[in-house]
Amino acid sequence: MRAGGNASGPSRSLEPMAPYLLKRVISLVLSLLAASVVIFVVLQVVPGDPASYMLGMNAQPETVEALRQQMGLNDPIVWRYLSWVAGLTHGDFGVSYTYKVPTGELIAQRLWVSLPLALYALFLSTIIALPIGIISAAKRNSAADYGIMGVTQLGIAVPNFWFAMLLVLLFSITLRWFSAGGFPGWNAGFFVAMKALTLPAIALALPQASILARVMRSSLLDTLSEDYIRTARAKGLSRGQTLVRHAVRNAMIPVLTILGLQFSFLLAGAIIIENVFYLPGLGRLVFQGITQRDLIVVQSVVMLLVFAVILVTFLVDIAYAMVDPRLRGRA
Amino acid sequence: MSFGALPDEKRGLVGVAFQSKSFALGFVLTGIFVLAGLISFVWTPYDATALAVADKLKSPSSLHWFGTDHFGRDIFSMIMVGARTSIAVAFVAVGIGIAAGVPLGLWAAARQASIVDEIIMRANDLVFAFPALLIAILITAVFGPSAINAIIAIGVFNIPVFARLARGAALTLWTREYILAARVAGKGAFRISGEHILPNIMNLLIVQGTIQFSLGILADAALSYVGLGAQPPTPSWGRMLADAQTMISLAPHMALFPGAAIVLTVLGLNLMGDGLRDLFDPKLRRSRS
Repeated sequence: MRAGGNASGPSRSLEPMAPYLLKRVISLVLSLLAASVVIFVVLQVVPGDPASYMLGMNAQPETVEALRQQMGLNDPIVWRYLSWVAGLTHGDFGVSYTYKVPTGELIAQRLWVSLPLALYALFLSTIIALPIGIISAAKRNSAADYGIMGVTQLGIAVPNFWFAMLLVLLFSITLRWFSAGGFPGWNAGFFVAMKALTLPAIALALPQASILARVMRSSLLDTLSEDYIRTARAKGLSRGQTLVRHAVRNAMIPVLTILGLQFSFLLAGAIIIENVFYLPGLGRLVFQGITQRDLIVVQSVVMLLVFAVILVTFLVDIAYAMVDPRLRGRA
Repeated sequence: MSFGALPDEKRGLVGVAFQSKSFALGFVLTGIFVLAGLISFVWTPYDATALAVADKLKSPSSLHWFGTDHFGRDIFSMIMVGARTSIAVAFVAVGIGIAAGVPLGLWAAARQASIVDEIIMRANDLVFAFPALLIAILITAVFGPSAINAIIAIGVFNIPVFARLARGAALTLWTREYILAARVAGKGAFRISGEHILPNIMNLLIVQGTIQFSLGILADAALSYVGLGAQPPTPSWGRMLADAQTMISLAPHMALFPGAAIVLTVLGLNLMGDGLRDLFDPKLRRSRS
């Protein structure tokens, strides 16, 4: 039968860091293994033989068979899984069926677009959302607060790819400030490349910034009602000083969690935005992989993104536990 | 979290809900699109799939209220039919999430800290690690793009959301005296979960349901935009935007109306969710994150 209290009772609350870390690392490895099994198994079910797809409709059965042999498709499934995972551990993702180059190289190349895009969007989202959220909370129930809440409510409801199209309509077609898509590559110069990523980053940042501003606001409102805020005011700190020194600092904890989660969502969200702007990132790679039955590529990209999510969650948890020992019991 | 009764029980849920301005506004917004979707079964101004190339790319006018697309299809009619696709996909996906997630969450809570709890929660974490879009991409990579697969993809993502919510809320309830009383009376965990826990977490489930509904509309739009949702000729808001993108400099109206339809529906659902949450739990009256 069920235990009475919550698992994180006072007796378990102050666990030392090392066992907690060990537990979390084990669960990290287990999650990654489970994710890799799921991804691998799911993609085994895909109809269509990559070998005959590569060789075309008119290929001789013997040729297809030879290619299957060469690609390792005839090996037992467990063996194929193990060799895939073994490869992953030292960065070998296998060879792309269609591009005939190591998938790792393809991904690395595309990551140079998707990763800066996600970071750029994260940066924009943060520098916009935090001040807005703080103003909104500090001036609660003012016109500014209502305005900000209204705009962020709208921001959450806007699909980012549609917002992207509106940006193109305004800034590329009407004003001609930015090009409507494409990526010149980093060799064209840092600022040229960043300019090409600007509209996509804004589009990607909008919904995230709206969410973040709301989290910042509600977290700050929570903190502002705490006793130590009253104490700080009582000991003579001004409203502004209290806000900066005590409230915002403490309100940052939930904000940082959301920030961590958002990074992975930005990376995945970039998949859609890249399509709007014809950016040669991971997203385009995945969709090409799907249409061309290049399973190795799909499998690797999905694994990489899931890895990113799991790793970020892990790091956020660890950071929490370091700051707040009470959380260590909840491994 | 409060699981208290509604502020005013005489008026009933509906009467009280409309006291909230955001709920009322959200209800009207969402209602318009639900209604449009329902009406589209019996009537649309034009056949939403009929091609009329002579009328292509017409701007909005009294004949075609929202203009026509690059095949001369009436955009107003397409938005009406698209409403039912989007709403149906998101609605069924929420249904999947609740039907699978809530029992799992209740089960995990009833067997807290047991192996069952551990397995259920770890499986949830695993699904959570896949961004919804990736699940969709994987599923469509395997089974091919269609509205059904979009529903499954979004629904799968909803399962851990409801499982976690139900478990968390149920755990708090399990420590209550009336549950203890029920246990003393000899009721088993299964009956207690169904008869005492479930009715008391209904409020939370309804609020979360509205939120997931709105996320489902957005996810469906994104999926059909990249071609992984409902397939042509079935009109869908996302696909209309994908078509609009190629025509954006010639016919911006093609992009404006379907996008606005998505925004208003999602906004309406979010406002309803906010309103309901404030009602159910006045202590939590703060912005939604």
